[in-house]
Amino acid sequence: MPGSIPASATVDELAQAAQRPGGWLRQVLDFTRQRPLGAIGALIILFMVVLAAGAGWLAPYDPLETDYGAMLAAPSAGHWLGTDAYGRDVLSRIIYGSRTALMVGLGASLLGATLGSLIGVASAYFGGRIDLTVQRFMDVLFAFPVIILALAVVAVLGTGAGNVILAIAAPMVPRCARVVRASALAVREMPYVDAARASGFGHGRIILRHMMPNVMAPILIMATAFLGEAILLEASLSFLGLGVQEPTAAWGLMLRGAAVQFAESAPWMAIFPGLAISLGVFGFNLLGDSLRDALDPRLRTQ
Amino acid sequence: MGTYIFKRLLAMIPTLLGVAVLIFVLLRIVPGDVVEARYLAQGSQFVSQDLMNQERAKLGLDKPLWQQFTSWMGGLLRLDFGVSMWTGGEISEEIKLRFALSLQLAIMASTIATLLAIPLGILAAVKQDTWVDYAIRIFSIAGLATPSFWLGILMILTMLIVFKWIPPMMFTPFWVDPWLNLQQLIWPALAVGYRYSAVGTRMMRSAMLEVLREDYIRTARAKGLWIKLILSRHALKNAILPVLTIISLEFAFLLGGLVVTEQVFNLNGLGMLFVEAISRRDYTMTQALVMLVATVFLLVNFFVDIAYAWLDPRIRYR
Repeated sequence: MPGSIPASATVDELAQAAQRPGGWLRQVLDFTRQRPLGAIGALIILFMVVLAAGAGWLAPYDPLETDYGAMLAAPSAGHWLGTDAYGRDVLSRIIYGSRTALMVGLGASLLGATLGSLIGVASAYFGGRIDLTVQRFMDVLFAFPVIILALAVVAVLGTGAGNVILAIAAPMVPRCARVVRASALAVREMPYVDAARASGFGHGRIILRHMMPNVMAPILIMATAFLGEAILLEASLSFLGLGVQEPTAAWGLMLRGAAVQFAESAPWMAIFPGLAISLGVFGFNLLGDSLRDALDPRLRTQ
Repeated sequence: MGTYIFKRLLAMIPTLLGVAVLIFVLLRIVPGDVVEARYLAQGSQFVSQDLMNQERAKLGLDKPLWQQFTSWMGGLLRLDFGVSMWTGGEISEEIKLRFALSLQLAIMASTIATLLAIPLGILAAVKQDTWVDYAIRIFSIAGLATPSFWLGILMILTMLIVFKWIPPMMFTPFWVDPWLNLQQLIWPALAVGYRYSAVGTRMMRSAMLEVLREDYIRTARAKGLWIKLILSRHALKNAILPVLTIISLEFAFLLGGLVVTEQVFNLNGLGMLFVEAISRRDYTMTQALVMLVATVFLLVNFFVDIAYAWLDPRIRYR
């Protein structure tokens, strides 16, 4: 099970990694050699970050600029990936769309993982009746399918990027809390937690300073796994018209409406934004997978 | 075992009650109600408050919240979901056909996912860190990364452009015409099944890797047992449990969570119904759907636990 990573082993692991001589370049090269798939993932993510950061320079057109003289134009030298039903350049919208994907993805997974792990660690730390109550509440949230909970939150808060982040983070909280709690239960029994308690430190300090750093590995794994999922969920919500709203450039939004309607005559509208979603999520999943393998010593090749 | 089963069933009640309270409250926080939504849909925005209040009273929306909640709960205890606030029809009648569709799709997709995950996972584990392993991992991670709805669009597009054929768009129940039914449902089942196989493949691979390190496998190898026999007799038996678990747990999510895929394939399943119901502020329908999916989820969980305790003598039930 993903949650049963012995926290002590991972801490040793991280300490070892930190002490390895040769600086960060050497470490990057080591990682590349040992986990080529993870390196490819990192490369894809880097590419996406560059696209998002440099969208202003890299995009050949303004993503919102309509050109009624070139509606549904096929890919050509002028528009590499063609244009959509309003004559907007598909490539430029994909490049700007990476901003939406990264912003919502990062925002939601950071929020979800932070809240979830805080709840998980606190629940394990306090134990007893508090733990039981929190776990029952998490069970309740857990019983909702991810997209249904996200849709319900969107219905309450309304659409738009900020609300979409909250809606996507909501179903991640119980998932993260459950996994992190399992690891935190082991950490709670460690002598240094007893020592911290005996020194009279407050609950908040013990949870934040002593327990959280030692369950960082599962949190990191959950957060990277969430990233890809969050981007997918954002695309799904936008596709339903319940996420980011037009005319903002977002990949899921680009697949909606006209893309399906004109799929036969203008397939580039349906193909390329979906490719962008897949590639982006693929990158995050590759990195997340390798990270999990690297941080979970039980799965290493002997 | 009997008391364990009973206790586990009993433990579902507070969770379900929590789900009921949560969705009840969430829906009441959503701005607007069914009466407003209906007049907005008709395009008549200027309706007197009196008229709207009369309609609210007809639906019981004027009663205090606790009364609405208890009467809903009372109905649920008698397995009566009540009537839809939007159409006025019996909810159990309206859900019936859509439930059949979603259930069939979920069963087909999980079957496809299992059939892909188990052999691929075993192969990847046995050939760990070779190109076979990498190819399988890329295949499964790509599946996880590809939105099923986009895969669906691509499928329809390919069939349209290459074969000049599109799957039937009207739902035919399996018992009416199985062939026509499969023609329509096999595509979404493939798109979704491929995606969900990825989780299973990954699980199968790591479970298999773990099992292959166990002492009894080494013993079997040292005895000179044939590798295939080791895999099927010793390793598979122990590695398959978590995979079946993860796929069955996904099952409940497949039942209610295929909102987007249903939209692409024009299927009127539970997911689409949920989106419609929530946008119409149809409280009773939304509540019924959420309770249905949550109950299925808890039941699947329950059966998985029972199966575990039954299959694996190391797990002690309390």
